[in-house]
Amino acid sequence: MSAPSAQPAPTSPARPAGERTRHPLLRYLVRRLGVSALLIVGVTLVTFVLTNLVPGDTVAANLGQRAAEDPAIVAAYRAHYGLDRPLPAQYLTYLTNLLHGDLGESQQTHRAVLTDLRSAVPATLEIAIGAIVLSVLIGVGFGTIAAVRRGQLADSALRLVSLVGISLPTFWFALVAYYVLSFQLDLAPGSGRLSPATTPPPDITGLYTLDSLLSGQWQTYADAVAHLMLPTLVLTLYTVGLLTRFTRSAVLEVLEQDYVRSARAKGLPGHTVLLRYVLRAAMVPILTVVGLAFGALLSGTVLVEQIFSWPGLGSYAYQAASHLDLPGVMGVGLFVGIIYLLINLVVDLLYGAIDPRVRVS
Amino acid sequence: MTVAAVDSGGLRARFRTRIPRAWRTPLGITGAVVATLWILVAVLGPLLWPHNPLGQDFPRLQAPSGAHWFGTDELGRDVLSRVLAGARVTVPLALLLVGLSVVIGGILGLAAGFFGRWVDETVMRLTDLVMAFPTVILAMVVAASLGASLVNAVLAALVVSWPAYARVTRGLVVGIRGAEYVLADRLLGFSALRSLRMDIVPMVTGPVLILASLDIGTATLLLSGLSFLGLGAKPPTAEWGSMVGTAIAHFDAWWMGVFPGLAILTVVMAFNFLGDALRDALDPHTAGVLGQAETR
Amino acid sequence: MSRATLEITGLTLRISSAEILRGVDLSLAAGRIQGLAGESGSGKTMTGLAVLGLLPAGSQVTGSIAYGEQELLALSPRRRNDLRGAEIAMVFQDPSTSLHPMLSVGAQLTDHLRHHLKLDRAASRARAAELLGRVRIADPAAALRRYPHQFSGGQRQRIAIAIALACAPKVLIADEPTTALDVTVQAGVLHLLRDLATEMGLAVLLITHDLGVMSAVADRVAVMRRGEVVENGDRLQVFTEPAHPYTASLLASLPGAAGGVRTLDDVRALREGP
Repeated sequence: MSAPSAQPAPTSPARPAGERTRHPLLRYLVRRLGVSALLIVGVTLVTFVLTNLVPGDTVAANLGQRAAEDPAIVAAYRAHYGLDRPLPAQYLTYLTNLLHGDLGESQQTHRAVLTDLRSAVPATLEIAIGAIVLSVLIGVGFGTIAAVRRGQLADSALRLVSLVGISLPTFWFALVAYYVLSFQLDLAPGSGRLSPATTPPPDITGLYTLDSLLSGQWQTYADAVAHLMLPTLVLTLYTVGLLTRFTRSAVLEVLEQDYVRSARAKGLPGHTVLLRYVLRAAMVPILTVVGLAFGALLSGTVLVEQIFSWPGLGSYAYQAASHLDLPGVMGVGLFVGIIYLLINLVVDLLYGAIDPRVRVS
Repeated sequence: MTVAAVDSGGLRARFRTRIPRAWRTPLGITGAVVATLWILVAVLGPLLWPHNPLGQDFPRLQAPSGAHWFGTDELGRDVLSRVLAGARVTVPLALLLVGLSVVIGGILGLAAGFFGRWVDETVMRLTDLVMAFPTVILAMVVAASLGASLVNAVLAALVVSWPAYARVTRGLVVGIRGAEYVLADRLLGFSALRSLRMDIVPMVTGPVLILASLDIGTATLLLSGLSFLGLGAKPPTAEWGSMVGTAIAHFDAWWMGVFPGLAILTVVMAFNFLGDALRDALDPHTAGVLGQAETR
Repeated sequence: MSRATLEITGLTLRISSAEILRGVDLSLAAGRIQGLAGESGSGKTMTGLAVLGLLPAGSQVTGSIAYGEQELLALSPRRRNDLRGAEIAMVFQDPSTSLHPMLSVGAQLTDHLRHHLKLDRAASRARAAELLGRVRIADPAAALRRYPHQFSGGQRQRIAIAIALACAPKVLIADEPTTALDVTVQAGVLHLLRDLATEMGLAVLLITHDLGVMSAVADRVAVMRRGEVVENGDRLQVFTEPAHPYTASLLASLPGAAGGVRTLDDVRALREGP
């Protein structure tokens, strides 16, 4: 501890000529991106190794039995996909192509993986973004209420709800929701992104909702939103459960802190204390959970998209995995890995924005 | 469930990880009861099944009735028997999965935390790599690569589950290894292994076990999810997840999917209730690793 | 003024069957520092919290806390909250935890200012800077933008005092204000409290277990033991001629006390006492 006469930490306006303290945020970002790049390479390596562990023959899986019995066709297939070269060479080729934005050709759909992803990803984004926004609003809200009303009925009820939420098998709930809400009660459509009769809006972003809004196609917009509802609902339930639980324990911990008591001692109204003092401090752990929740959401889409015939990343991942479509799987792995890393980066940056002690100095 | 303690006396503090009676809340007891029931169902197995779960003897796609409480499926099998039989698959496997994750993750985490430096770096980078993927997707890829089977599904789930334990264990160890009683024992001449065994492991076991108990539910969901996707149990094995998967094609026969799913739900809820009660009883606020002094 | 600013009479406190306070009588006068000494568990902190109305859930309070014409214990929670910070303020023991780590010093100084006194942004910032100057924080304008972790322990406590005094309250409860600070820093903070009390006509309740601190700045000294006030008198008199054997033993346990440690007979007598 400094002597009583010490100045507070100096941030003198006149910086020394040395460059080391310049733009600490930039340096941090660069360093993080560097680490992330390494991780991404690691991700590609992992997916490459995994997909080549395949005991099954991808050729047979994708050519069909009769074609697979013809050596000429098999040889041509293998040559086309570069499967006849040694593994390290294959990997290097993959990496170099990657740098050119070429993710290879799907062995299953016979289109460029990039094209496949380009149409699959927005579909998943539509339900994922909706789900995460809803989940955060509801989950953080519920968790805070439960913490503030600890021990009371509201708390017990919310805890129960969240426990059920995280215990639900997502795929089963999707089935039940589809059956009850769509099949029996016909409250919402449960298949695909649009009704069979509706043509998709012009492809601007790939998000049907946004694209139809931008093109003024209100009917299409309504149809797209209607189709979004069930998948989003199912995904939201699990994430709400998760967020409620973690928010509750985060807020409980903050409520015990001295600075909350100080805020009360100042005579601030209850809602000010809650929003300004409590939630702000609780935001740090809550952010971590939101990041995790997004990951859980992406996982959830694999299970949910099957049931709602949603042509998104989850379906694509599943198709690729079960058909041993190596480029397809690697494409998915790569993409998902990158998304996850990006989310972690954003979360870390948000930490810095919220908590000044964490800021790079 | 007392974890054997460090010997008392001398410089070593007396700590024990004891599960206090406070876990016996209504939720905790409900969880314990339901979990035990399901374990019994798994153990008693064939004694409880009204019919052969694999026997395709009955009329197909019958709604629930007096003869078949849960109806029959598309191949004429009794759904109730299959649901009960499913307990023998899912419950033990989930427990096995968690057990293995704890052991593998725990050992790696202990090593990383205790020995530090390159061991620590390697293990942490490895966990980073695995945790760079959402769990189901990675598990799915691994399971697909290995070929669809229950064993492979467990292996795939193991691959995605161990990192969490490694990280937690490492964190705990790093927190303890500077503690005075540990240092004192090293000064007394304890070897690294002995120090690990006597000083560190007992303190780490408690929190890790709580984490594990909370994780059984997640393990169950992961395994049944993989089976639902067709990457786990193969027909005709009666497994809850794959039963729900088959049910998609037979919409009208809602009983085919609803009951197995309910089974999963109740098992997971039971373990979550129980895990929650245990964790609350140990009260993380006061029971930081070094704060777990003998209570009650 | 002869009339007490705050008068505590017969205050009792029970927290789920445990008797914490058994009838406390204290009075605080403007411009004077009333010390409240005692060991841990004597109930001194609870007395302070009771005045603020910040007792834990499940507390049952009886007795009277009279602030001027108002009986605090009879006020509605809303009215009580209006008094907090504005007329009755508190400074807590550990400045590293009692200040919010993520809000700037300026924010923490001005939010209740604006709430109670309805000042606008510019006026509240000006007042905040002035307050920081008063508690002797260097470069107040820049300090407003900084965060608590960028200050030393002594500075943080001064900031906490500034926050407490922002709305010019009449009563200040200081709960162990220097206990968490380095010895070299304690004197500075104590003298600051002394000066501010005189300048602002504050009635101060100084709670501490440290008799040395007490002797430095308190005008009157009260000693608490097991939820009761066993002695309350002028500082000089209490320190030189304590009326109660407990006080005497407290004084005697100070290192270097004249007369050395008391005999076991006296300790035994204490134990068997009332």
